[in-house]
Amino acid sequence: MEPNRPTRLPAAGIHEIAARLGPIFWLAVIWLAMVLFAAVTAGYWPVPPPDRMDWAQLGAAPGAPLTPAGTPSAENPQAGGAAHWLGTDTMGRDMVARLIFGARVSLAVSICSPAIGFLVGGLLGCLAGYYRGRLDAGIVATMDVILAFPGLVLLLVIRFYLGASLTNLILILGFLTIPAFSRVARAKTLGLTELEFVQAARLTGAGHLSILVREILPNVVIPLAVYALLVAAFMIMAEGALSFLGLGVPPPTASWGGMIAEGREALDTAPHVSLIPAGVMFLTVLALNLIGDGLRSLLEGRAHP
Amino acid sequence: MSQTSAAPPPLLSVDRLVVEFPLDRRRTVHAVSGVSFRLGEGETLGLVGESGCGKSTLARAVVQLLRPTSGKIWFRGEDVCRLRGEPLRAIRPHLQMIFQDAVASLNPGRCVGGSIAEPLRVMGGHDRRSRDIAARQMMVAVGLDAERHFHRKPFEFSGGQCQRICIARALMTRPQLLVCDEPVSALDVSIQAQILNLLASLKERYGLSLIFISHDLAVVKNICDRVAVMYLGKLCEIAAVDALFNTPCHPYTAALLAAHPEPDPDRPPATGDLVGMEIPSPVDPPAGCRFHTRCPAAQPVCSVTEPDLREVATGSRVACHFPLSAAG
Repeated sequence: MEPNRPTRLPAAGIHEIAARLGPIFWLAVIWLAMVLFAAVTAGYWPVPPPDRMDWAQLGAAPGAPLTPAGTPSAENPQAGGAAHWLGTDTMGRDMVARLIFGARVSLAVSICSPAIGFLVGGLLGCLAGYYRGRLDAGIVATMDVILAFPGLVLLLVIRFYLGASLTNLILILGFLTIPAFSRVARAKTLGLTELEFVQAARLTGAGHLSILVREILPNVVIPLAVYALLVAAFMIMAEGALSFLGLGVPPPTASWGGMIAEGREALDTAPHVSLIPAGVMFLTVLALNLIGDGLRSLLEGRAHP
Repeated sequence: MSQTSAAPPPLLSVDRLVVEFPLDRRRTVHAVSGVSFRLGEGETLGLVGESGCGKSTLARAVVQLLRPTSGKIWFRGEDVCRLRGEPLRAIRPHLQMIFQDAVASLNPGRCVGGSIAEPLRVMGGHDRRSRDIAARQMMVAVGLDAERHFHRKPFEFSGGQCQRICIARALMTRPQLLVCDEPVSALDVSIQAQILNLLASLKERYGLSLIFISHDLAVVKNICDRVAVMYLGKLCEIAAVDALFNTPCHPYTAALLAAHPEPDPDRPPATGDLVGMEIPSPVDPPAGCRFHTRCPAAQPVCSVTEPDLREVATGSRVACHFPLSAAG
């Protein structure tokens, strides 16, 4: 590379971008990849099933041996010589198993809920920002109503009438993220439609739909996706808080928030039951936020060189 | 329209064009108030005036980026203001425009080659390969290295390069009229000259007619055949470039020329100072001649009766009760 490069980087290579994001960003990516891998491969891990209770090992500390009497080797042969690596919870269930199965719930919520907000809110926001006028006023008013609606009450109502399930939880949380996404998309669209390249597209004879799809959307999608990462982090915490309140995924399905809640009575005798899932959740939320912030600053640097 | 001239009909004929924007329930911005002019084929018309005088609004109305409140715009014998839907879409490729902010004129997420090829995609009838080939040829025509630059994003280019890209995109549709809205105002002086030379050579090559908007009189002098001076939504004077610069007839034209520093010590010192510095608001323009509040030669009649644009010499028309060098 030539020594005196201009400050405006011409076509930064992959390595250059990777270096600019910094090591902490990549640590966060590695952690998130590990959580994702664990969630996807949860069924294949050499650990007891997440709902099997080991009555001899209630609240056992990390590293406690599996109780041979409680494990017929035919049912779970590969667990024979293993131990409860992270101990057991207050009902004697293996912590590792519950963490990796809980990761499925957390990731399902943190991927699917923002996806709903991203698609619905992003589309509504783009339409509002592009067409303005009455459509804009209507969409903004609707979003304000959703924002003003107490989310917990909605959750309780849905739970009461439709029952508690992971799907319902995802749908409600996703619904509640729609206004935030629509605001981000609308603001971005409003700024873009002011720019001359939209008028240049009109001059070539492009219709509104074509301009929206080919000129506006590609420029909205990326910042909105970065925002979705931050929302995903928030969704993990929301699921945790709701599970802690007993409004989340119903037991015995493992979820991180539920695990923290179950361990709170044994904080003095077996603190690891609460603290380990709390730590995992903390790291995951932190990782998502770091990745989101890193990508955002990278994008901002490129948008305004 | 009563076109009595025996000459071939002009490419563009703007007839009493009015563009107004509602500000609120009671007030209206009178951006363009009854402007008429013609543009012949292959001609370059300069449009000068202070910022806020309605030059850009007029330009946007001509290319149908906004609908005029009243008046007609005849382009190739058709009133483009009346066109809707498919006929408008069909005529749009012939009316192109380049903007002052060249960087903002390019989609930041698309490679510049794609941006240049895009008009052909919108027009239809070209496959991807032929679009790309045409875009590369046009990049070469505007002085860009097609191989090196095709896949780059706009933020990797300088303002002058972006303006070249914008010109290339505008020419992809083979327009007959190119409206340039202050295309060099945001550029360095050395780059300005390059872009102006490029426009002049492309004009010859592609047989373009230009409307060239600028507040820089020196730029207009070099590139234009005729110049129209605008003040507060009205045309003050329209004349051949030499006539306008040598013998300005409207006091405003004279003031504009005087305000422009001329690197010539032999030139007599400027006369015709403006009375007020502030341009009146287009929301509530002055009655009578719109310029009378600042005119050094204003008489009582000027604040009552609005002067018509009338011919004072061959090809020179001026809207003033007391034109400066009234020969006739």
